[in-house]
Amino acid sequence: MMMSAGDEMWLEACAVDDVDTEDVLRFDHGELTFAVVRSPDGRFYATDGLCSHERAHLADGLVMGDLIECPKHNGRFNYKTGEAKRAPARISLCTYPVKVEGGKVFIGLG
Amino acid sequence: MIADAPPYPERTFDRCGDYSLIGPCGERAAEQGLVAAEWYHTDVPRARMKELMRRRNGPAIRDTVIWFALLAGLALGGYWFWGGWLCVPFFLGYAVLYGSASDSRWHESGHGTAFRTAWLNDALYQVASFMNAKEPTYWRWSHARHHTDTIIVGRDREIAAMRPPNVRRLLLNIFGLADAVSTARSVARHATGRLTAEEQTFIPGSERGRVRREARAWVVIYLAVVAAAIVLRSWLPIVYLFLPLVGGHWLALLFGVSQHAGLAENVLDHRLNSRTIRMNPAFRFVYWNMNYHVEHHMFPMVPYHALPRLHAELRHDMPPPCPSLLAAYREILPALRRQLHDPSYHIRRELPVSAKPFRPELHPALFEA
Repeated sequence: MMMSAGDEMWLEACAVDDVDTEDVLRFDHGELTFAVVRSPDGRFYATDGLCSHERAHLADGLVMGDLIECPKHNGRFNYKTGEAKRAPARISLCTYPVKVEGGKVFIGLG
Repeated sequence: MIADAPPYPERTFDRCGDYSLIGPCGERAAEQGLVAAEWYHTDVPRARMKELMRRRNGPAIRDTVIWFALLAGLALGGYWFWGGWLCVPFFLGYAVLYGSASDSRWHESGHGTAFRTAWLNDALYQVASFMNAKEPTYWRWSHARHHTDTIIVGRDREIAAMRPPNVRRLLLNIFGLADAVSTARSVARHATGRLTAEEQTFIPGSERGRVRREARAWVVIYLAVVAAAIVLRSWLPIVYLFLPLVGGHWLALLFGVSQHAGLAENVLDHRLNSRTIRMNPAFRFVYWNMNYHVEHHMFPMVPYHALPRLHAELRHDMPPPCPSLLAAYREILPALRRQLHDPSYHIRRELPVSAKPFRPELHPALFEA
């Protein structure tokens, strides 16, 4: 489901309960793929779904604190800022605004 | 129970045998869809996978303390008995624990899975890389390539037993000699800031400065050790630092060659190109459980201490493991001998009947006319 608010388009990614705390879920929309991360304190974040190193799906990886680790080569990113934190990841991820409404998680596309 | 039918047909393709990373085989592998490709993974429920991936500091701190305590004890024994024959067993034990256990520590901390705490992984990685004579940044990127394109000819530079096998190099490496010479050359080259054309295919340009700095630091350390030996008029600094490279590498070589030797090339299924071996606890301590090698390649984010549990989780979908290192070499050595004359030969792994279906669409090279 999509919602528009001004210039921003919001994609319904999942229900709140679909993602455990300190875990990640893959969300695909057309050709786009996202990683929807729930932090240890229960907040939601969204980044590109593919590792910037060799395009493995980050949703198969591991969330540890503020970091998400790629399942292929163990490169790490800060999922709050997208910053690459550990080689072989060197290029940061794009991050996306997230809002929670009515028990659903929405990703904002500018 | 083993399937009657082989999981894939007899060899039906024209093999490309140039292992250079800048030769024609890498390009051909890319054309066949074998480069940075999707690999087979056994399905594991997400909740179970999270348990297995969970990082802990405790096991690696315990193992590292034991490792360095043993090294210190053996080094002290060698010093105590220096000048007599009794120092020999101490130095041989020291050499193996230094030269071979550092290989698995370099590897595991390079994956960032040994410890939960990042700086502990980084610290062990630098120390173990030096002990194992593997330049840290250079090998980090080499190993990333090995995991991307495992045993893909023309892409993976960590293929220990090529076809035909280089017997001279393998024999020299029992005493670490071939690796010592190539490492000395690469450290000298990197200290001057140069990378070969092959190295440039897997080390990003932005990492060149780091490679150069590390190589220069190593040269300084090596020179300092030689200077210490001269000043102290003692061979001991040389023995402590360089003896393990020649006298302690053989066990890491035995482990390392057993990981993939004789198995399939250019497949996208680690069950067909990697080998899991049952080992005794002493070997597993030195090797940090890398005997579960199919499992490690399939799920590299699972730490070494969880690999036995991962093995149990995947067993239904795996070929039977080799029952011992000796059993592994009973299949490896005849295969390597045959590959001397027939490089197209490889050991065909048979999957259990209960295994998930083989996926031919992932293995175009096997079906090429």
